[in-house]
Amino acid sequence: MKTCAQTVSDYAFRAIGYGERLLPRSDFTICEQFTLIGSGMIWNIYFGVIALCTGFFFAVALAVGKSSERWIYRRPSELFIFLFRGSPLFIQFFFAYFFFLSLKKNYAFFDPLTAAWLGAVIVLFLNTAAYSAEIFYGALRSIPKGDTEAADAYGLTGWSRFRRIIFPTMMRLAWPAYTNEAIFLFHATALVFFSAFPARGQKGDALYYASYFADKTFNPFVPYPILAFYFILLTLVVIGIFGVVNRQLNRHLPQAAVPKLRVRPNLIR
Amino acid sequence: MFSYCADPSTLDTFRWLTCYLTTGVHMSFYKSFLLVLALLAVTAPVALSFGFLGAMSARSPMKPVSWLGKGYIAIVRGVPDIAFFLFFVIALDQSFELIKHNIVCPDWTDPIRQGNDFLVCPQAKVPLGTSPEYVHQLYGFLLAVITFAIVFGAFAANVLYGGMQAVPRAQLETAEAYGMTRRQTFWRVLVPQMWVYALPGLSNLWMVLIKATPLLFLLGIEDIVYWARELGGTKTSKFSAYPHPDWRMWYFLFLLIFYLSFTKVSEVVLERVMRRLNKGQATSGGEAMRKEASA
Repeated sequence: MKTCAQTVSDYAFRAIGYGERLLPRSDFTICEQFTLIGSGMIWNIYFGVIALCTGFFFAVALAVGKSSERWIYRRPSELFIFLFRGSPLFIQFFFAYFFFLSLKKNYAFFDPLTAAWLGAVIVLFLNTAAYSAEIFYGALRSIPKGDTEAADAYGLTGWSRFRRIIFPTMMRLAWPAYTNEAIFLFHATALVFFSAFPARGQKGDALYYASYFADKTFNPFVPYPILAFYFILLTLVVIGIFGVVNRQLNRHLPQAAVPKLRVRPNLIR
Repeated sequence: MFSYCADPSTLDTFRWLTCYLTTGVHMSFYKSFLLVLALLAVTAPVALSFGFLGAMSARSPMKPVSWLGKGYIAIVRGVPDIAFFLFFVIALDQSFELIKHNIVCPDWTDPIRQGNDFLVCPQAKVPLGTSPEYVHQLYGFLLAVITFAIVFGAFAANVLYGGMQAVPRAQLETAEAYGMTRRQTFWRVLVPQMWVYALPGLSNLWMVLIKATPLLFLLGIEDIVYWARELGGTKTSKFSAYPHPDWRMWYFLFLLIFYLSFTKVSEVVLERVMRRLNKGQATSGGEAMRKEASA
């Protein structure tokens, strides 16, 4: 019987391929389940953070494109947002995986795309960009008229008008909804290994290990609550970090007027 | 299906395709679309009533009942829905079997959880091991509907709770002034008025529900995702009269288009419903329509 510390050192980084190679096969302890599911969270955090950080910039570009008066910018942005918001993420994963697979067959150069660490990140990046773009677009349309008129009065145009006036206000207005989007992006990362992307060498995310334990023990009442615990923790951390940014964005306003971050659960993909 | 399909290898491309797309397995594929629609048709009202109960209990003046309702709404926050799907399928199955076990064989002495097994007496299996195949499929579908209803019921409860809170306070006060009881106020004044406030959230929820249907695949049901994977995979001439390379990409492209058109149609229909409900309402939507009409 191994001690818990031993288990932790064996399996803490199992999800990314360090430590003990074989997964436990019988007599699962609570400690093993906690450690492995926690180890899987590394993937969820990785997918979420990369997709958020890259998707943010694309989303801003898309939002500006969608509100442009020139159809050559507007149409493609609208189409892109519709494509990714109108179809299930689950199907997007499947389609992307098989698309990458056929690319790889023709050009070996595309090999990494069929692995989750790159392929799934690309899908999540495009997906979150579309959802966030819709949020930013909504914010862009509700920027107070006075702000833009003041910018015009100061003679600000083009890039400096966008950077100094439009962008900060847009962020401020969009931030509560964007926090929500971030939370649900992290939830969406649980789909990766349940769609087409294979978990090579049993290196999977938290849900992958949770369902591994549930299948082996035929007892869903232990691994899934552990998974829920980790995700609630992650959600709280995301709310905390986004709350700090929210305060930073609104630091010049009277504090009573700062909008509170509210988490609304009506967003699955 | 067609008379010329007897020997597919001799056909030209167009005829080959017509034969290929009408084989028996493809018919099952098309039927699975009906399955998705059936799931939506069954789940939407069930989830709505779950949501209604949740919202009602969240508003309850009795603390424990209100905690129950709020807890139900809150529990779906913070945890990925897919985890709920995987959890409930096993959990519901096991609890059904356990309840039936306690009723059917009360004299059973062996423990039910033996190590990694969940063992109930053979008479208490749901469905019975001897029942025909379609009963098993129906049971799987039933589990899926309940799971969807539980998860989406929580979302709907949140939306309906918001809708109930949004009904102007003065309306309820008027009802009280007329001497209506709490129950009468609720059913005669609050419920008829809350829909217009809840509809944007509910239509959003409908979109979300449509987009959650491929998760049926994870519940072990032979749905469109299952068939797309099966049919698209490489077929050699040894096993199939219609050999083809890996076409899964195209099958999933087809599913993407299916979902895109489905959501687009829903969007248009819901937009109409919203306009109809907003007519003459004292909301910003109704105000906009009044301006439109007078302009």
